[in-house]
Amino acid sequence: MNTARHDYLLRFGDNALILSQRLAEWCGKGPALEEDMALTNTALDLLGQARLWLSLAAEQAGDGADEDTLAYLRDDRAFRNVLLVEQPNGSYASTLARQFLFDAWSSLALRRLLVSSDAAIAAIAEKAVKEVGYHLRRSSDLMVRLGDGTERSHALLQAALDQVWPYHHELFTGDAVDTEMTAAGIGFDPASLRDDWLAYVREVLAEATLSLPKDSGWRPKGGKQGLHSEHLSKLLAEMQVLPRSHPGARW
Amino acid sequence: MYAQMVDTGSPDNQALDAREARFQQRIDDGIRIEPQDWMPERYRKTLIRQISQHAHSEIVGQLPEGNWITRAPSLKRKAILLAKVQDEAGHGLYLYSAAETLGISRDQMVDDLHTGKAKYSSIFNYPTLTWADVGAIGWLVDGSAIMNQIPLCRCSYGPYARAMIRVCKEEAFHMRQGYDLMLALCRGTPAQKAMAQDALNRWWWPSLMMFGPPDGDSVHSAQSQAWKIKLFTNDELRQKMVDQTVPQAEYLGLTIPDADLKWNAERGHYDYGAIDWDEFYAVVKGNGPCNRERLDTRRQAWDDGAWFREALVAHADKQAQREHARAA
Repeated sequence: MNTARHDYLLRFGDNALILSQRLAEWCGKGPALEEDMALTNTALDLLGQARLWLSLAAEQAGDGADEDTLAYLRDDRAFRNVLLVEQPNGSYASTLARQFLFDAWSSLALRRLLVSSDAAIAAIAEKAVKEVGYHLRRSSDLMVRLGDGTERSHALLQAALDQVWPYHHELFTGDAVDTEMTAAGIGFDPASLRDDWLAYVREVLAEATLSLPKDSGWRPKGGKQGLHSEHLSKLLAEMQVLPRSHPGARW
Repeated sequence: MYAQMVDTGSPDNQALDAREARFQQRIDDGIRIEPQDWMPERYRKTLIRQISQHAHSEIVGQLPEGNWITRAPSLKRKAILLAKVQDEAGHGLYLYSAAETLGISRDQMVDDLHTGKAKYSSIFNYPTLTWADVGAIGWLVDGSAIMNQIPLCRCSYGPYARAMIRVCKEEAFHMRQGYDLMLALCRGTPAQKAMAQDALNRWWWPSLMMFGPPDGDSVHSAQSQAWKIKLFTNDELRQKMVDQTVPQAEYLGLTIPDADLKWNAERGHYDYGAIDWDEFYAVVKGNGPCNRERLDTRRQAWDDGAWFREALVAHADKQAQREHARAA
């Protein structure tokens, strides 16, 4: 088995799955009814994407693996999502700031995968890129409206942005898996997305009257290789509880 | 039901005036009442109570099932449940919109919910303790809701009737999904089947109570029926639910927790045991297992989101001012 490709698929699948799980925590508790529905919609889109990525990874793994065995029976060290998406929701401002940084990256990343030499990967990207385009429009629009809303919303959003900002570095940090996938024409060099990402983020933040956070020098990473924050194993304990406590059961 | 014991106001002892008689005639002739039409104040207020109670039930109803979204045992079930709870928010939205056509704002209705002035269905004050509860709610609670709401698609008030058409289509899906979930459990391991039976044991009686008090104690029913905003009595609907559900439970291999349940060939219906109405009234009065928790969660979400809603309004105002300045 090409373990680099398998890891690569898990990275995209786990990013979508874990972020979806976080967003689903808001369901029924959003700040407005319309917002509740829109955020749940994003969670549903991401869950749909996660299922496509994980099914493809399972297909490659064989051995009776499927989307559910990958989602429910792996320990945190086997998850390949970036640290950004596993961070707790915090306030709605924190949830939005995290979503905005992720959407801006995901939109660029999926566009690169549209031309992947791996047809199955390109096909998933084609479906996902449309959904993420919508997510990005929504999260950018909210950044602007809340950044340029009241003094309070501005302060909350700036604080949230400053808090999640260090986690964006991992999105642009490559490793041996990225190198191998790039060489095979399947993937891309993460660092090559940074300029476009930063230009877009700057533009939205300027309109939102928010400041680009300063680089504190702290650049947490490790998620892509399976070394996570303390938050992931708790998230998984909750998510995986039923299949773990009823081994072999079908639902 | 999602709207229980809706007060129809003080009965008018005087003879109906001519306007009200014409209004009643329109209803009797099956002509829909629309927002711009004249209507008796009691009809308007009763509908506001009924529709807003229904809307609140959808919103509060997100919570017990939402409780299991993060723990759904397969990605497919998780997607189905997320979509279902989202549908409920959507139902709340168009029901609030329907109520707004009667001259009340959504903010006012939400405030009435939070202060306890407005009610929501008693059923959502019960806890969802296991995954099987999600299935039981879809099967029994959504199943009961459809029974009440399909006739409401023909109710006298246009915006409410039209909202119900869309709601019913989605509720029918929810019921099938709930039953499918139960079926998977009943065909699963002994532990899964026990989970399903336990859920039925806990949800059966509250589901029957959902239809509201027995007809003899249902003081506002006659007026609501004359206005065609209630098309069947509580007991008629409850009987229909029992008759429909018994064979479904048999197919699942589950036992309905009622020793008095038996087919009555003479009536052509199932007889069922006595309902504990003390429990129902206790829940309606605020003393169910989860009343406090549900309302606290809704209030907290609303309060925590105040800055968000205020900011959107402030931004819209700023934009309007900028547009104005540009145009000047």
